[in-house]
Amino acid sequence: MNELLSTGAPAAEARGAQQTTYRDALRQALDDAMAADPDIIVMGEEVGRYGGAYGVTKGLLDRYGETRVIDAPISEAGIVGAAVGAAMTGLRPVAELMYVDFFGLAMDQIANQAAKIRYMFGGQIGVPMVLRTQGGTGRSAGAQHSQSLEGWILNTPGLRLAMPGTVSDAYHLLRAALTQPDPVVFIEHKSLYTGQGLLDTATPDAPWGQAVVRRPGRDVTLVAYSRMVKVALEAADALAAQGIEAEVVDLRTLNPLDSDTVAQSVIRTGRAAVLSEACLTGGPAAEIAQRISEDAFDWLEEPVLRIAGEDVPIPVAVDLEAASIPTVPRVVDAVARLVLP
Amino acid sequence: MADDGSNRSGLQLYRTMRRIRTFEERVGELFVRQQTAGSMLHLSIGEEGAAAGVGTAMREGDSFTTHHRGHGIFIARGADPNRMMAEIAGKAAGYCAGKGGSMHIADMALGHLGANAIVGGGIPAVVGAGLSYRHHKRPNVSVAFFGDGALQQGILYESMNMAALWHLPVLFVCINNQYGMGTRIDRASASLAFDERARSFGLLGEIVDGTDVEAVRDTAETLVAAARAGRPGFLAVDCFRFYGHARMDKSPYRSAEEEAEGRARDPLKRQHARLTGDGVASENDLAAIDADAAAEMDGAVDFAIAAEKPAPAALFGDVYGADQPPPEPLASRLDRVLGATP
Repeated sequence: MNELLSTGAPAAEARGAQQTTYRDALRQALDDAMAADPDIIVMGEEVGRYGGAYGVTKGLLDRYGETRVIDAPISEAGIVGAAVGAAMTGLRPVAELMYVDFFGLAMDQIANQAAKIRYMFGGQIGVPMVLRTQGGTGRSAGAQHSQSLEGWILNTPGLRLAMPGTVSDAYHLLRAALTQPDPVVFIEHKSLYTGQGLLDTATPDAPWGQAVVRRPGRDVTLVAYSRMVKVALEAADALAAQGIEAEVVDLRTLNPLDSDTVAQSVIRTGRAAVLSEACLTGGPAAEIAQRISEDAFDWLEEPVLRIAGEDVPIPVAVDLEAASIPTVPRVVDAVARLVLP
Repeated sequence: MADDGSNRSGLQLYRTMRRIRTFEERVGELFVRQQTAGSMLHLSIGEEGAAAGVGTAMREGDSFTTHHRGHGIFIARGADPNRMMAEIAGKAAGYCAGKGGSMHIADMALGHLGANAIVGGGIPAVVGAGLSYRHHKRPNVSVAFFGDGALQQGILYESMNMAALWHLPVLFVCINNQYGMGTRIDRASASLAFDERARSFGLLGEIVDGTDVEAVRDTAETLVAAARAGRPGFLAVDCFRFYGHARMDKSPYRSAEEEAEGRARDPLKRQHARLTGDGVASENDLAAIDADAAAEMDGAVDFAIAAEKPAPAALFGDVYGADQPPPEPLASRLDRVLGATP
């Protein structure tokens, strides 16, 4: 279960790719970016001495010092707001919110300030910051530490949104985020941190903003991002045993949203299901499904499925939590019924 | 005229305050002539002492954010009234190309990091600017201007704590005009000892009478100098909002008596009396300044009315960086789905 996807493994290994974890890939991305750009600072709760609540920033304080790795008080709005001001005055800050659920405390600074400054001010200045955080279920962390709130960001023009589902993307999307002219919300998944995969730091799977077909298949398209990529691939293996070949598209970034790659896949397969850990109603899966309906309507054999999180707060009981989001058996069952006559 | 001619001189402060007041009066006229973009216009008449006094204490290269009642502060920091008025009219020649308006005027060239329509929303940005100046070893200060309404917002205290904790070159300036929209400060705040609040965070904290622009200037100069040396501060400038919250507000929540008393606390009248009383300037000298301001701001109104509206395509620009593709217009998507319109 700890094996994350390694794309193009033989070729990658030949190039000198290393087996590493999602967490270490993220740390490597920060370290390499900070070494290359002295204007990058990291700021957040417990990012320095503690090394990050999930260990992502461990060691950076020793390497870059207190002026670049800043332990902030528990002031989420202040952290994001300070990052906005720093980004407007020549720094490239990486602000960290320990849990995506803390968006609630910082949402004015995220949605009213960072997202809108370039537009409101007529293009005079951008806010080139990265807001790192992590979300999702898997640790019985309860309703306030397990959500998938990417829909809030997707619904706010001006914010880029990256959600890596592989070790390679953990590194390369974070490096790419640190070159963007606009604020990037970068949502990691708490259940992927210890996952292993191959990382070739020289070669990303695709440029920023492009979706990637992780597994080709002729019968149905599974669209996924973040941990749901892993779920989709495991479901695809199980479906293959039933003679169903599922194509898996990893969005990688939700803004930019690469609708073209998704539509091209659906035009080939004629069927689609969108996987998302976020709540079903009004969620990202609905947006992606509607785009498929508009872009590939003439090729669709069946309605586009949303296989998303239940419309409930996340419970702490292990079995209930597991049942609150799409599981491999749920995906296999739904997709088999979608495809088989 | 006996005046040292410096930016901090009493006469110059009078000139700045008069320009602010006349600008605000002309904004009101522009609204009556139905030439503004909307009615979200928050005038700072009565508060000119705060803007002029603190504004003159800042230097070139310093930055600031303001609240939604920030026209005067930007004028005190060197704004071009033509481009301000054009922005208020929603015109392409405005500071923000007509996309920001009265509540979102900004200008990076003059260090204006933006006016804000969220109470307290612009405050933490100065903490970030302070971090940036320290990181780049720039000898600058960043000043957050906000109203008394923001004194009850948590973000102010998060920002004060961070500024004090990290010894940042930052100053927090509260322009206390006594009213958060229609609620008087003593009905909104359990304590009026705002300087004590600031001191409890380790900031320097002062309250100054905003009708005395020279007192504001002197106090602000001390606090800005301290901030520049890494000792952040807080200044509450006590004044009175002469008119309603916004253009449509006739202030039914306060008595005519209270308004008359408040309007008697006029920073311009006070400075006028001081300058003539001290023999720094004659009535005629000050009348000439008034006339210059009137002509200048009449010109700004004319400029704004004559200016072009933004092009329709501007709707989709500036959402993302200049090298990024703009969002797809709905019309384009509909054409793709339905086939191009015949």
